[in-house]
Amino acid sequence: MTSRSYLYYPGCALQHRSHAYEVANQAVAAELDIELVELDDWNCCGATEYFTINRLPAYALVARNLALAAGQDGGDLLAPCSACFLNLYKTDRHMKQYPALAAKVNKALDAGNLHYEPGTVRVRHLLEAIITDIGLDELRARVRRPLYGLNLAAYYGCLIARPYPVFGSPEQPTMMDRLLEALGANVVPFSLKTYCCGGHMTQISEESAFEMIHRLIKNAAESGADALVTICPMCQLNLDIYQDAANKHYETNYFVPAMFFTQTIGLALGLAPDQLAFGQEFVSFAALIEKIQDAPPPRTRPERRPKQALPMPAMPEEV
Amino acid sequence: MTAIRTPTLYQQVVDSTPDGHRLDICLQCGTCGGSCPSGGDMQHTPREIFALLRAGYDDEVLRSNTPWYCVSCYACTVRCPQAIPITDLMYTIKQQAIARGYYDQHAAAKFSETFVGFVEQRGRSFEFGLATRFHLFHHPLQSIRLGMVGLNMLRHNRLALRPKSIRQMEQLAAILNKAKELAAKEMQA
Amino acid sequence: MDDRRVGVYVCHCGHNIAGTVDVEQVAEWAQRLPYVAVARHFQFMCASTGQELIEEDVRELGLTHVVVASCSPLMHEKTFRNACQRAGLNPFLFAMANIREHASWVHPNDRDGATAKAKALISAAVSRVLRQNELEPIRVNIHPATLIVGGGIAGIQAALEIADAGHHVYLVEREPSIGGHMAMFDKTFPTLDCAACILTPKMFDVGTHPNVTLLTYSEVENVEGFVGNFQIRVRQKARRVIEDLCTGCGTCWEKCPIKVIDEVFEAGLGYRKAIYRPFPQSVPKYPVIDVENCTYFRTGKCRMCEKSCPAGAIDFDMEDRIIEFEVGNIILATGYKLFDCRRIPQYGYGRLPNVYTSLEFERLTNAAGPTGGKVTLRDGETEPKSVAIIHCVGSRDRNYNRYCSAICCMSSLKFAHLVKEKTGAEVYNFYIDMRPIAKEYEEFYHRILEEGTHFIRGRVAEITDAAHTAEEEGKTIVVAEDTLLGRQRRIPVDMVILAAGLEPQADAAEIGRMFGVGCGTAGFFTERHPKLDPVATMTEGVYIAGACQGPKDIPDTVAQGAAAAARVLGVISQREVTLEPIRASIDESRCSGCRICNALCPYNAIEYLEAEGVSRVNAAMCKGCGTCVAACPSHVITGAHFTFEQVMAEIDGIMVDVYSESPTAPLAEIMA
Ligand SMILES: Cc1cc2nc3c(=O)[nH]c(=O)nc-3n(C[C@H](O)[C@H](O)[C@H](O)COP(=O)(O)OP(=O)(O)OC[C@H]3O[C@@H](n4cnc5c(N)ncnc54)[C@H](O)[C@@H]3O)c2cc1C
Ligand code: SF4
Ligand code: SF4
Ligand code: SF4
Ligand code: SF4
Ligand code: SF4
Ligand code: SF4
Repeated sequence: MTSRSYLYYPGCALQHRSHAYEVANQAVAAELDIELVELDDWNCCGATEYFTINRLPAYALVARNLALAAGQDGGDLLAPCSACFLNLYKTDRHMKQYPALAAKVNKALDAGNLHYEPGTVRVRHLLEAIITDIGLDELRARVRRPLYGLNLAAYYGCLIARPYPVFGSPEQPTMMDRLLEALGANVVPFSLKTYCCGGHMTQISEESAFEMIHRLIKNAAESGADALVTICPMCQLNLDIYQDAANKHYETNYFVPAMFFTQTIGLALGLAPDQLAFGQEFVSFAALIEKIQDAPPPRTRPERRPKQALPMPAMPEEV
Repeated sequence: MTAIRTPTLYQQVVDSTPDGHRLDICLQCGTCGGSCPSGGDMQHTPREIFALLRAGYDDEVLRSNTPWYCVSCYACTVRCPQAIPITDLMYTIKQQAIARGYYDQHAAAKFSETFVGFVEQRGRSFEFGLATRFHLFHHPLQSIRLGMVGLNMLRHNRLALRPKSIRQMEQLAAILNKAKELAAKEMQA
Repeated sequence: MDDRRVGVYVCHCGHNIAGTVDVEQVAEWAQRLPYVAVARHFQFMCASTGQELIEEDVRELGLTHVVVASCSPLMHEKTFRNACQRAGLNPFLFAMANIREHASWVHPNDRDGATAKAKALISAAVSRVLRQNELEPIRVNIHPATLIVGGGIAGIQAALEIADAGHHVYLVEREPSIGGHMAMFDKTFPTLDCAACILTPKMFDVGTHPNVTLLTYSEVENVEGFVGNFQIRVRQKARRVIEDLCTGCGTCWEKCPIKVIDEVFEAGLGYRKAIYRPFPQSVPKYPVIDVENCTYFRTGKCRMCEKSCPAGAIDFDMEDRIIEFEVGNIILATGYKLFDCRRIPQYGYGRLPNVYTSLEFERLTNAAGPTGGKVTLRDGETEPKSVAIIHCVGSRDRNYNRYCSAICCMSSLKFAHLVKEKTGAEVYNFYIDMRPIAKEYEEFYHRILEEGTHFIRGRVAEITDAAHTAEEEGKTIVVAEDTLLGRQRRIPVDMVILAAGLEPQADAAEIGRMFGVGCGTAGFFTERHPKLDPVATMTEGVYIAGACQGPKDIPDTVAQGAAAAARVLGVISQREVTLEPIRASIDESRCSGCRICNALCPYNAIEYLEAEGVSRVNAAMCKGCGTCVAACPSHVITGAHFTFEQVMAEIDGIMVDVYSESPTAPLAEIMA
């Protein structure tokens, strides 16, 4: 396999709070012959906060990264965080769509001797790049420790699914489901796969945040998931470090670890847990590793529908 | 109560949001209100905010906790039958609330400000500093409880004690200052 | 100067034109244009008094050409041509300047500009009319038979009207039986009469009418010709059952071992066999073999139907039949298809078992349906205790269809009633706006209100199985904002019915192209005029009826079917039609035979004469669209009434100096 190279925008969260994600990304990238060239001197994307305070500086903040990326060789710009991805992608799109905005943003960039021509940098999320560029077939071929017996819920969160449908359906995407299946896991139907994790609500109203988090862990547990697989540090943070508090608030005791998707891939590629920074999570992964079986579990025959049952409509395969 | 109001905020909000003018064709169908994960905690549903905005109840809109409870999940935006950029409108209303001095009333506004303060000083956000600074200033009682989470995070090696900065901080500062200047001009216009 | 004398009439159109354009000044100015003998302004030129003005002037002032500056020619060109004709002037020596749509309406705030533009438009018309030629209309005989495509209630109604009047009808239906969507229903709003009871007699009449040739399991393959003389080619798919022998006894489908989901008539909710008749009252009563699913056609084994048929009617070797005939008129009545609810993933259709579409529910509640009319959950036995009905699914939504589907408010009310009547369940209707807008529809709504249905004003955000509270466990939860309360509500129910919108048939554009009928932005067939001519199309001799023209209920469908029939009967009774003489003609002596025009003509009106090596326009088929005129590299095609000279003169005329006291078109001298 030829090695692939990308510009990489880790984002602030991966520096400390979600460092495990960074570790797993690097480990998996190395294993898959992907070169992640860190964008030099990148700055914060503003998360969901900066656009709240002042729109134009928020665009300028993000555009500085785009301008830096345009000036640095290395390929498409990958973001592992959904908020970073959306801010970078949206700024590029909006600058292209609204020339007046682009002009103002560039005036601001000019003060730092930078310029960004909208459309020059292709912004992508790490998950999408792995799935489209490496491909599921190749991944399947590289799996050394299939995740047989693991029941996983693919959790996309909101910002990756919306408002730009880069992942297919903004409501019920299936891209990550296919990926997890390729790793050998059993993917459970998860109704809330694009439901919000609560975002920054933990900082503003615990009540609201706990409600959203609780809904997710409850539905995941009830769908039979052993773990949730996330693609965003914010989602993982909320589901992981606030799971205990949300459980207490609702007097429940759901236990659903939230993994980063690269941790899941890494595990299937045969990497050791400490290469993937297992242990930094609050809701422990330990039991998951035990659950992995050597052989695929016997196929349970689909329940026989009673004779009088009415047929269900066929669902078209989503691509 | 019965006087006809002149909606001034409405114009400003739609003018300063990309595609904001689509709000003119809101059907008041409630898809946004039904889709909103924070809907239950909002003083007004997003749809109501738009109705108030149109009718000129500017003060009520700016005082409402609604935009501050928006978590930018874009559920409303992709479902709106009239393709109205609802999430972006929420951002604009927040900006207007801050610009017009209503922001004191919202913890969320403080949170955003604290966050932005960090970014402006260092070019990176810094959650330990953020959480403590934010909570010590605004929720002294709560910060004890959240302090536990913080401690736990330290234990799991998930909090940095030393802030990071980008290299070319002056460059970023110059860009942001220029952008703020342009934004201020935009506001006046 | 010669003795050509033009009359110019500037219309006020009440306030429509005079409110913006200074009509007095325009008339006065026009009077000074070359060859203009008289220029007047008048309040309503289309009124009889206005028309009489033209007629008087032609007679008394000896006008040779007439220009009316008013509205669009689509509106009144015919009116004024007729006025000229009554005065003894060839109607093609008339020209129209559109100073309403092109001046006053588009420049409402610019009086001077609009006035100047009106002058230029009039100058153009005068300059052009002087070069127009007398033309004689083309007359053709009308073949008295009619083709009707689509055997839903629209096609059935039209067929019966025409056949009863004594003329022959070919009714072509794609499915094995006529009946369309109405045949799937149990009850119809607002009277709740049984659909079958009112439909099947009509179906039977069509099936047995001596003046009707019923071609089911058939599709039109080709259409040629023009009004009065269409040549039709139909492909009748092989039924593999010999109609002359089959008695419709049903032994074959009872014995057939292959069960398939019936996606058409049962809306996917029930089964049929590989040899089947869609429903008991099918017309015709003969079954068809579905070769895709029949084991004999797949593996060469079985032939159970053949063995069991007492009449020996099965013919596995039967082949498609091509049927050709001539008709004078065509009615398209191809109906609609239901919006595919899987396109809205947040409504869970296809994922959540107890979410049904409206058509599925029609079958569920139908006594002849898969449950024998018992309203049950997908398990086929449990009766729902609570049901939510969702309005506007896929309609009034820019992500799907922008238009209102017109019938679903009423069908949703009908469902509310049927659910209550059959199960006594609590019913919740979620709506944006309630639109029961026809005779006795509002009353029906009130009746449903009285029955205790809950109405929640709010478009449903999502339908989910992710329970939140104990009472939601195991239920299907409908989430919406109750906009009258400004509150988010989650209503847990056992069953959800999606009132899906009506969409154009998947092949509407293709069918439209075959018959020369356009489709609007929503994809439904375009009528000639949205208000004044809703059954005709831009192609003479082709009419549309029913839901293929736009979403509509049965009463409107039947009315439109009858209206289309009346139009056809009107044409037939004239025995011949007059066609506009605006046609292309090829100067064969100069045609190079390149054949470029042949393929470009959208109406296939140009034939190539092999022997002579030139192309020739069939005047009866040509619509005068001008495509070939512009395309001919040898410049030897002329469009009558749109000759090169006429068009150039019009352009020259519009270049007039509108501020000049003695206006002339810049090149008038040279061109004359
Ligand atoms: C769930 C539901 C409930 C309804 N309930 C009511 C009600 O209670 N009362 C009421 O007034 N209205 C009701 N309606 C509306 C009603 O269905 C329509 O008004 C009516 O069916 C329109 O009739 P049609 O003949 O135009 O079209 P259709 O019924 O669609 O018939 C069209 C026919 O043309 C055939 N066809 C299509 N294309 C071709 C082709 N290319 N070649 C040959 N044949 C072709 C089709 O097979 C079909 O047989 C309801 C609609 C729905 C969706
Ligand atoms: S979903 Fe769109 S149209 Fe409906 S109320 Fe909200 S903003 Fe208005
Ligand atoms: S984007 Fe904001 S307003 Fe819209 S649904 Fe999400 S939280 Fe609610
Ligand atoms: S094909 Fe034969 S068995 Fe079948 S319905 Fe006709 S007569 Fe009866
Ligand atoms: S031959 Fe085909 S249609 Fe006939 S009984 Fe067998 S499967 Fe059915
Ligand atoms: S008829 Fe009623 S339910 Fe149907 S689209 Fe129109 S408003 Fe919606
Ligand atoms: S004008 Fe030419 S292209 Fe148009 S219909 Fe007539 S022959 Fe065909």
